[in-house]
Amino acid sequence: MSDGAIRGRVWKFGHDVSTDLLSPGQYALDPVEVRMLHVLESVDPRFASEVAAGDVVVAGHNFGCGSSRETAAENLKVLGVACVAAESLSRLFMRNAIAVGLPVLIAGGIHQAFSAGDEIEIDLAAGTARNPATGAYCRGEPLPEEMRRILNAGGILEVLRHGG
Amino acid sequence: MPMTLAEKILARASGRTTVAAGEFVVGDIDLALVHDIFAARVFDILEQVGAGGVFDPDRIAVVIDHMVPAPTAEAAAVHQRIREHVARLGIATFYDAGEGICHQLLPERGHIRPGMLVVGTDSHTTTYGALAAGGTGIGTSEMVYAMATGRLWFRVPETLRYEFAGALQPRVSWKDVILHLAGTFGSDGAQYRSMEFGGPGATGADMSSRLTVSNMALEMGAKFGLFAADAVTAEYLGKDGFEDEWQPDPGASYEAVHQVDLTALTPQVALPHDVGNVTSVDLAGDLRIDQAFIGSCTNGRIEDLRAAAAVLAGRHIAPGVRLLVAPASRGVLLQAIEEGVIGTLVEAGASVLPSGCGPCFGGHGGLLGPGERCIGTHNRNFMGRMGSAEAEIYLASPETVAASAITGVITDPRSLEAAHV
Ligand code: SF4
Repeated sequence: MSDGAIRGRVWKFGHDVSTDLLSPGQYALDPVEVRMLHVLESVDPRFASEVAAGDVVVAGHNFGCGSSRETAAENLKVLGVACVAAESLSRLFMRNAIAVGLPVLIAGGIHQAFSAGDEIEIDLAAGTARNPATGAYCRGEPLPEEMRRILNAGGILEVLRHGG
Repeated sequence: MPMTLAEKILARASGRTTVAAGEFVVGDIDLALVHDIFAARVFDILEQVGAGGVFDPDRIAVVIDHMVPAPTAEAAAVHQRIREHVARLGIATFYDAGEGICHQLLPERGHIRPGMLVVGTDSHTTTYGALAAGGTGIGTSEMVYAMATGRLWFRVPETLRYEFAGALQPRVSWKDVILHLAGTFGSDGAQYRSMEFGGPGATGADMSSRLTVSNMALEMGAKFGLFAADAVTAEYLGKDGFEDEWQPDPGASYEAVHQVDLTALTPQVALPHDVGNVTSVDLAGDLRIDQAFIGSCTNGRIEDLRAAAAVLAGRHIAPGVRLLVAPASRGVLLQAIEEGVIGTLVEAGASVLPSGCGPCFGGHGGLLGPGERCIGTHNRNFMGRMGSAEAEIYLASPETVAASAITGVITDPRSLEAAHV
């Protein structure tokens, strides 16, 4: 899946979406079934209840800034988000996304190119995203080999389980 | 090939003579830190994946600091589980509730040496860069992998160098310096990069100030925030001989070199809800506050409490303002008691909180209600970070927070006449 194409519906967010918004501190110790209900509730109260498997999060700069909490990436994965596509990602969010098996795409211009509810086509191996309705096209960096290997395994714990 | 400090650290950790920015390496972990928000989960998963034990119980540090003292029965139960895991795995470096905040304790108790590669399930693991150690945050799954195998992949980061010249004016501190950098370059101004701090101005920064700067390097997205090891490092560690090795090489290649004049700097404040939204305190306008917070791994050291006490001595906080002081460790608290600093702060109206994270991450003990405004010495002002999403958090130096507590509005500490301490 992670090396292949992703096609989904866009949920759009702004710049500097922090881990406090993705995984609020008050629920940090709660099980994932509770945590996932509060994802991004301060900026879009509909998101956690209405996001569907295969949807894509499109955001601006510095997505996932803030703490090391992996629950920020895990919550999105558990909600069924197929990919986070942003202008830039915080280093920790990117590491954690790879570690939990959540595909990411960093591509300049992506925030402009999509509106909420648009369809998006992503090719992770090429590092590109396309808006079929407008024809807009964004080219980013394909993920390095090391990261794609972990994504393909389903996350770093799967690598560990299989003796990596 | 000449290397930056980050490249040297990752070269040593990966057993290579040289590495260059952009390469991927697998590094041996010198120290792996987990605190109470993640420790139980990490150890539980480690058991579940059948990894057996940990790679080396002497290279793991566990600190209970976030939920201290346990504010709920659930947190207490999590702490119980952590203590069981620590005993089962034979982990020697364990700081239980009340000892202090992880990023204060590890340097203070001598666990960090120059050149080490340290990973922690906490973003502010960059703090150890103050001691020329490569400290960086990772997530829980990566920590499970690191604890089981003793290694982890790293991308060798590009380095941004900051050359400091001049000297800070009275009532201006290194907290103001790092806030100024965040304001100038933005809260993603060092994303994926190593920040390397140097130049004649950096030589004058004491270890406490360096810990503040390296701590907040993360708020600009940095992977490391490094000072070279020098006489200040040697003095802090009570040992000489680090000067030569843990320096960047002359001729190392930098993505950018920025010159920073310390002499011209004024007290700074980060406005909600972004650490990069920084202005000079004297331009902040008329901002009434409800709470002032002095503490955290950023500015909860004895030097910070002394600086606040110097401003607060003989004065009292404004009516309607709450002043919370959380010494970063039991050692800091004890010293502050012995020096009379705690007495000065409490006389001025402060409440002293346990040595831990408490309100800093919105955990417990000093949270904010809707519409409330807090100025604090900590490192983050994200929306909802200290309780209500409708509260406002401002970040500043201990001097500025103390001055603001006295007047009840965000105040430039230079505008109060010198105190008598
Ligand atoms: S004091 Fe604040 S920033 Fe530091 S470790 Fe604790 S919660 Fe994190």
